[in-house]
Amino acid sequence: MPSFITDYLQKAGQTTPGQYGSPFWALVYILLVFAGVSLAVVCMNWLERKILAHMQVRLGPMRVGPHGLLQPIADALKLILKEDIIPEGADTFVFWLAPMIILLAVFSVYCVVPFGPAHAITDMNIGILFMLGVSSLGVLGIVMAGWASNSHYPLIGALRSSAQMVSYEVAMGLAVVSAVMMTSLDADGTGTLSMIGIVEAQYAQHTWFIFKFFPLGLIAFFIFAVAMVAETNRAPFDLPEAESELTAGFHTEYSGLRWSLFMLGEYAAMIAVSSIAVTLWLGGWMRPFPNLLNGPTWDLAFSLFPALTFFGLAALTFYSTARMPKHSYFRIQTFGLGAFGAVFVLIGVILLLPAVRGRIQDVYWFILKIAVFMYLYIWYRGTFPRYRFDQLMKVGWKILLPMGIGVLMLTGLAGLRTEVWHFTVRSAGEVWDVFRQLVHI
Amino acid sequence: MLSGLAILSGVLVITRKNPVHSALALILTLLSFAGLYLMLYAPFVAGVQIILYVGGIMVLFLFVIMLVNLERSQKEKSFNQQWIAGVLAAICLGALFISIYTRGSSLVLRSEVQFSELTNTQDVGQMLYSNYLLPFEIASLLLLVAIVGAVVMAKKRI
Repeated sequence: MPSFITDYLQKAGQTTPGQYGSPFWALVYILLVFAGVSLAVVCMNWLERKILAHMQVRLGPMRVGPHGLLQPIADALKLILKEDIIPEGADTFVFWLAPMIILLAVFSVYCVVPFGPAHAITDMNIGILFMLGVSSLGVLGIVMAGWASNSHYPLIGALRSSAQMVSYEVAMGLAVVSAVMMTSLDADGTGTLSMIGIVEAQYAQHTWFIFKFFPLGLIAFFIFAVAMVAETNRAPFDLPEAESELTAGFHTEYSGLRWSLFMLGEYAAMIAVSSIAVTLWLGGWMRPFPNLLNGPTWDLAFSLFPALTFFGLAALTFYSTARMPKHSYFRIQTFGLGAFGAVFVLIGVILLLPAVRGRIQDVYWFILKIAVFMYLYIWYRGTFPRYRFDQLMKVGWKILLPMGIGVLMLTGLAGLRTEVWHFTVRSAGEVWDVFRQLVHI
Repeated sequence: MLSGLAILSGVLVITRKNPVHSALALILTLLSFAGLYLMLYAPFVAGVQIILYVGGIMVLFLFVIMLVNLERSQKEKSFNQQWIAGVLAAICLGALFISIYTRGSSLVLRSEVQFSELTNTQDVGQMLYSNYLLPFEIASLLLLVAIVGAVVMAKKRI
C-alpha cells in the first residue's frame, strides 16, 4: 500500500486526519460522514412518519415494504423522477443557487463535529465559532429561495425565517458562551473553542457541562435546546413553512429534486445542531461515567453496548416477523422483515469483534445522544402547537435573551469563585511546602 | 485568488441593478475577506466576520431590501452624474493608498510579534482584557448608547 495511506493508520486513534494533514484520509472521512448523514436523514424520514403516526393513533406508511420500511426509497425515486419546475418570473440563478447554499452550509458544519477523540474530519482552534457561523449561513439560502420564487407565500416565509433566525441566534450564542467559559476551569486555566477540546475539558472536570454549577449548566442547555429548534425551523417554531398559513413557506415553488435538497438540508441541520448540543453539554463521545466506572471490566461492559443495541433491534424485528399476518399475500413482506432482522444480527456480530468494538464505541455513544435529540424533535412536532409570530418574538427577545445574559453572568461569577478557590488551595499548598522545608532545615 | 474574488464581487455590488443581487455579491465579498483573515493566521477574526457580517448583518440587509418596495429603484439609473466629485475622491483615496504602500513601514509601528495559529483565540482574549481593556469597554458603552438611541428614536412613547 502507498505510504500516504498507511502512515496515518499507524497514528489512527490519536489524531484527526485534518490535523495529521493527510488529504486521502480526510477525503475518506468526508465521504463516510456524508454517506452516514444522508443515510440518517433517510432513516429519520421513515421514523418521523412512523412515530408521528403512532402518536396520533394511526399506522403511518405500511404499504411499501414491511411496515413501510422501503417508503423512503420509494419517495426518493419519486422525487428524482418528478418534473423540476421553475416558476415564471423567478430569478433563475438565485432560485438555482438557494438549495445549494443550504446544503453547502449544513454539510460544512460536519467538518468539525467530533464523533470521537480521533473521529472527526478535522479539529479547529475556532471549532464552535466555525459551526455557529457556517450554520448561520443556511438562513441565506432560505431567504434567497423565498425571494427568488417571485411569489407571495415564499416571500413571507423567508421574511419570517430571517427575523426568527437572527433573534434566536443571539440567545443561542449566549448559551454557547457560558458553556465555553466552563472549559477554562481546567487545571491550566485556559479555555478552548475547539470541539474536541471542549469534550476533553468535560472529561478533565469529571462532569458533563449540563450538570456543572447546577442549575446554571442546565438552564444554558435549555436555552440552547429551545433556540436550536427555532434555528432549524422545526415545530413548534416552524413559522417559515407553516403549512396551514403559507402552503409550504419558503419552498412552496420548489418541486422534485430541488425540494428534496431542502428536506435533506433541514434534517442534516437538525443533526448538526444536535451534535453541537451533545458536544457542549452532554459530554460528546464519552460513555456514561468514564471517570467513576473505569477499569477493564467496565470498559468491556460498556463496549458491548453497540452490539447489544443491534441485537435488540433484531429481536424487535423478529418479533414483528412472527406477528405478520399468515396470509400468502404477506409472504414476501414477512421474508423481507426477517432479512432485515438477519442484517441487524450480522451488524451486531461484526460490532462484537474486539478490533471493531474498541474503535466504534465513541462513535456509538455520540450517535446515541444525537438520536435522543432526534426523537425529541419528532416528539415536539407531535405535541406542541405552533407559536404565533408575536409570541415567537416575545419568547426569543423577552424570555430567552435575558435568561441567557443572566446565566452568562452567573456562570462567570461561579467560575471566578472556583478560580479563587483553586488559587487559595494552590497558594496554601505552596506555603505549606515552604513551611515544611523550613522545618526540615 | 481570494482578493481577486473580493474585488470582483465588490465591483458586482455596485454594478448590479437589482439590490438583492448586490447584497448577495456583498456577502461573497465578506466571505472572501474571512478567507483572507484565515490566511493571515487570524481564525478568530475570520469566524467572527462570518457570524456577525454574513450571518447577522447581511441577513438584516436582505430583510430590509425585501420589505421596501423595489419596483421604482429598478427603473432608475443606478449611476448619477457627479463624475467630477467621484473622480476626485478616487484620486485622493488612491494617493493615500500609494503613499501608505510606499512609506507605510515608517508610519506604522512594525509589529514583530508572531502569534501562533493554535492559540489565536486565547491571545485575542488576553489582549482585549489586558492591554486594550479601556478601548474595549468604551466601544461596548458606545454600542449601548447606540441601542438606547435607536429604541428612543423608534418609539414615540416608551
